[in-house]
Amino acid sequence: MGSYLPSTKEEREQMLNAIGMKDWRDLYADVPDGMILDRQLDIPSGLSELEVRDAVTAMAAKNTQYQYILRGAGAYDHYIPSIVKYIPAKEEFLTAYTPYQAEMSQGILQSIFEYQTMICELTGMDVSNASVYDGATAAAEAAAMCRDRKRQVTLMSAAANPETINVVRSYCYAAGAEFRLVPAKDGRTDVEALKELLGPDTAGFYMQQPNFYGLFEDAEALGREVHAAGAQFIMGCNPIALGIMKTPAECGADIAVGEGQPLGMPLGFGGPYLGFMAASSKMMRRLPGRIVGETVDSRGERAFVLTLQAREQHIRREKAGSNICSNEALCALTAGLYLSVMGPDGLEQAAVQSMSKAHYLAEGLCALPGVDMVCSGEFFDEFLVTMPRAEEVLSALKAEGILGGLPVEGGMLWCVTEKVPKAVLDKTVSIVKEVLA
Amino acid sequence: MNNPSELKYSKTHEWVRMDGGVAVIGITDYAQDAMGDLVFVNLPEVGDEVVAGESFGDVESVKTVSDVISPVTGTVCEVNQELADAPELMNQDPYGAWMIKVSDVTEEESLMDAEEYGKMCEEEA
Amino acid sequence: MKLIFEKSVKGHKMSVLPACDVPETLLPEALKRAEKPALPELSEVEISRHYTQLNKRVHGVNSGFYPLGSCTMKYNPRIDEEMAALPGFANIHPLASAADAEGCLEVLETAGKYLCEISGMDDMSFQPAAGAHGEFTGVLLIKQYHDARGDAKRTKIIVPDSAHGTNPATAAMCGYEVVNVASNDRGGVDPDALKAVLGDDTAGLMLTNPNTVGLFDPNILKITDMVHEAGGLCYYDGANLNAVMGIVRPGDMGFDCVHMNLHKTFATPHGGGGPGAGAVGCKKHLSPYMPKSALRDGGEHVQVRSFLGNFLVVVRALTYIMTLGREGIPEAASGAVLNANYLMEKIRGTFAPAFDHVCMHEFVLDLSEFKKETGVSALDVAKTLIDRGIHPPTMYFPLIVHEALMLEPTETESRDTLDEAAEIFRELYQMGYDDPQTMHEAPHCAQIGRPDEVQAARNPRLRWNR
Repeated sequence: MGSYLPSTKEEREQMLNAIGMKDWRDLYADVPDGMILDRQLDIPSGLSELEVRDAVTAMAAKNTQYQYILRGAGAYDHYIPSIVKYIPAKEEFLTAYTPYQAEMSQGILQSIFEYQTMICELTGMDVSNASVYDGATAAAEAAAMCRDRKRQVTLMSAAANPETINVVRSYCYAAGAEFRLVPAKDGRTDVEALKELLGPDTAGFYMQQPNFYGLFEDAEALGREVHAAGAQFIMGCNPIALGIMKTPAECGADIAVGEGQPLGMPLGFGGPYLGFMAASSKMMRRLPGRIVGETVDSRGERAFVLTLQAREQHIRREKAGSNICSNEALCALTAGLYLSVMGPDGLEQAAVQSMSKAHYLAEGLCALPGVDMVCSGEFFDEFLVTMPRAEEVLSALKAEGILGGLPVEGGMLWCVTEKVPKAVLDKTVSIVKEVLA
Repeated sequence: MNNPSELKYSKTHEWVRMDGGVAVIGITDYAQDAMGDLVFVNLPEVGDEVVAGESFGDVESVKTVSDVISPVTGTVCEVNQELADAPELMNQDPYGAWMIKVSDVTEEESLMDAEEYGKMCEEEA
Repeated sequence: MKLIFEKSVKGHKMSVLPACDVPETLLPEALKRAEKPALPELSEVEISRHYTQLNKRVHGVNSGFYPLGSCTMKYNPRIDEEMAALPGFANIHPLASAADAEGCLEVLETAGKYLCEISGMDDMSFQPAAGAHGEFTGVLLIKQYHDARGDAKRTKIIVPDSAHGTNPATAAMCGYEVVNVASNDRGGVDPDALKAVLGDDTAGLMLTNPNTVGLFDPNILKITDMVHEAGGLCYYDGANLNAVMGIVRPGDMGFDCVHMNLHKTFATPHGGGGPGAGAVGCKKHLSPYMPKSALRDGGEHVQVRSFLGNFLVVVRALTYIMTLGREGIPEAASGAVLNANYLMEKIRGTFAPAFDHVCMHEFVLDLSEFKKETGVSALDVAKTLIDRGIHPPTMYFPLIVHEALMLEPTETESRDTLDEAAEIFRELYQMGYDDPQTMHEAPHCAQIGRPDEVQAARNPRLRWNR
């Protein structure tokens, strides 16, 4: 049986004696008799490291590992440079606690300060927090930031990721706030429908850029309508796309959020991921979660600390805007590291190549009978096409180690990142061609 | 701690001065000392209603936050915007750094004079 | 130490991607950003050195004793890391089909089964990404339950005044009015005080047991019974589960739903503040309300995070549970309780325990008398500990003890470490009388001196500017 107790039974007995006890049960004297479990847990016996490795590895082996992944929909297979995997695995970064004691944790605090700066650079916004759990919860927290006594309604574009929509809807349900979906037309937010829904009780409107179907929306136009109604404008952005596309700040957003997973985190069957949140300076004190700030120490040297803590739950308790306690610190460090490794040019390349390769694949697929783009207009690295015999297509691709697009209502949602070579895209087209023949 | 005799004081450490029908409100020396260095103050907006005995805002130090209770019922007619940039003014000059001014005062909490308030503070300490 | 931006040199870069092998598609002008983001430009060696420098300014569990009360800083096993990094887990897309993700689903199911057994629950969800997130999910279960019954009267959640700040904040996030119930002299819930606040407007109670002062509340069954009789549900905050896992189960204490912190009790690493995982368990009557994934599961369920949660964290926790097994789980718990009591005993005669009673996995020291006599505060003691290479214990919590220091050694500390730590505490106690000034100015040999937190809050500088 495995154990991490650095003491022998004899040592523990001596320690028990040192505190005047004979049996470990004496430690639980306060627990009413009937409540102590009088049997062993109904789980298997403990294992040695070698046995555990075999058992868990066997589980992993039951998964299908694809060599190339052409599916996105909220989780993206971008290339993770080697050093980006290596550095967050350093034991100190990995095992440290939250940097509440600034004198012992300048390394973490500085890494978050650097991350916050980079998120501001990506989004063009004034301030960023230290991250939240993922893009979907970031959207929900952003929607909550906008609500006040007079404005309680949250509007959300139906062209956003269904996962994000469901999370925001759930958070609104929890808070007792009204949630309304703004319908999409031809794959994008319907501006007319938005105008109808906006009102004096609207707190905020959320849209995704590019949206769930990979399409670029006219964010500025939407933002203008939202502001005309006195509400706040929230944009959820793909951070790789931000390497080249107009920033939320340039589009007039009040709050910018998004899923940071593409910045060096593996797909990992869904997590851990990273929610980034950035805002204009007027919204600074409404940002939830931890924030790192710069100050000086008692010797006048630059130092970093967790700051603006009086916003947070451990101080405000039921008056806090959010209950959030932790951030995704190690993921934020990973994101800052990834952005440093790629640099402005590398990030641009990742974005341009993802977009180009997606267009290349779209062209190839749309030349096939029965395969057509469902919506018109500019798209980034994802696109929705009609796809007859979707299941057969996926099986045929699987045999070649390729995970095909996601079957959704109306067709198949494909995604291509910079990782996929042209030859694989050509092969994909010819496999689909064969299935449809 | 000297509490100016021309002011009235609440149990929750706010002071009030009536200025021709308008109530001028702030926090006392005792309150600012207990809070420590103030870093931020959350104030209502002009036009907001305040109710005697209910919170109208709060003051933050690094490690704590404390509600500020309105001693009167009425409508906020002025807010001290200086405090947004310099909350430390409340530490330096608690009786000069007013927070809000309230007009159309209809109700008042039972308030103490300087002597009574001074006694209460001594007992609390 | 310089910021990474201050080390940036124009033109320095790494060579990560090849040239584009398809014709380039460029964004139309109207969609382009005006300027490239000002990200740092560095070569790989410069990046490597920067992060090495940063890493040297971090104190991990591997660096030394870390007795942070309520955080359970136990050792994070390396094998857990290796398993989480397996390509067979790391490269799986969250929207892979059930057939393609059979192994991942088996991990979640197996971990769920084991945690249900440990907690006495019927169902488990790994969607919440952290403890507070798990609390939110738990209270959301309670809310849905009452809504489904059409009971709109239940608007209040009862929270002990000793509770962690996340508890009332969570209740408020779910639209509930928070009713505080006073603690008795053991930090437990006073049944009479509870009776006074229970009613047909009670939605539920949020509680942790052992409580936040490290004591087991022997009235727990009575408390949960009272809440149930009033028609409310009981939620268990699992932050302190390390004291009782495998020995007492929240399900047997009368709780309807629980959250557990995988990054505390089940040894997944804290990462400097995350990622964690806040597994949520519930009894059968709450199963219909558990969160699901819109794209994976469809349907109309609540959802608290995208997809199924922090899967790779669950892999770590499962590896840990499998390693310890049925014998190791309770042994770890009793080991934690033994270590805490042993340390408390070794410190006896110096700093006063807030509750002079057998503790669970953590205990609270009350330094208010010490401060009166020496002028040295809990903060000063904490900062002096930094000079000795020990991470300070938890401060400012629980709120019901003033000048508190909360110590949780966990089970993965040796007797020698505890003896050495106790020696240091004894020295610091004496130092309070002999040399308080040094303690007021501590730390002296840390990465920085005491930071000016007032300045940081008054004039927030939250990003670097050129």
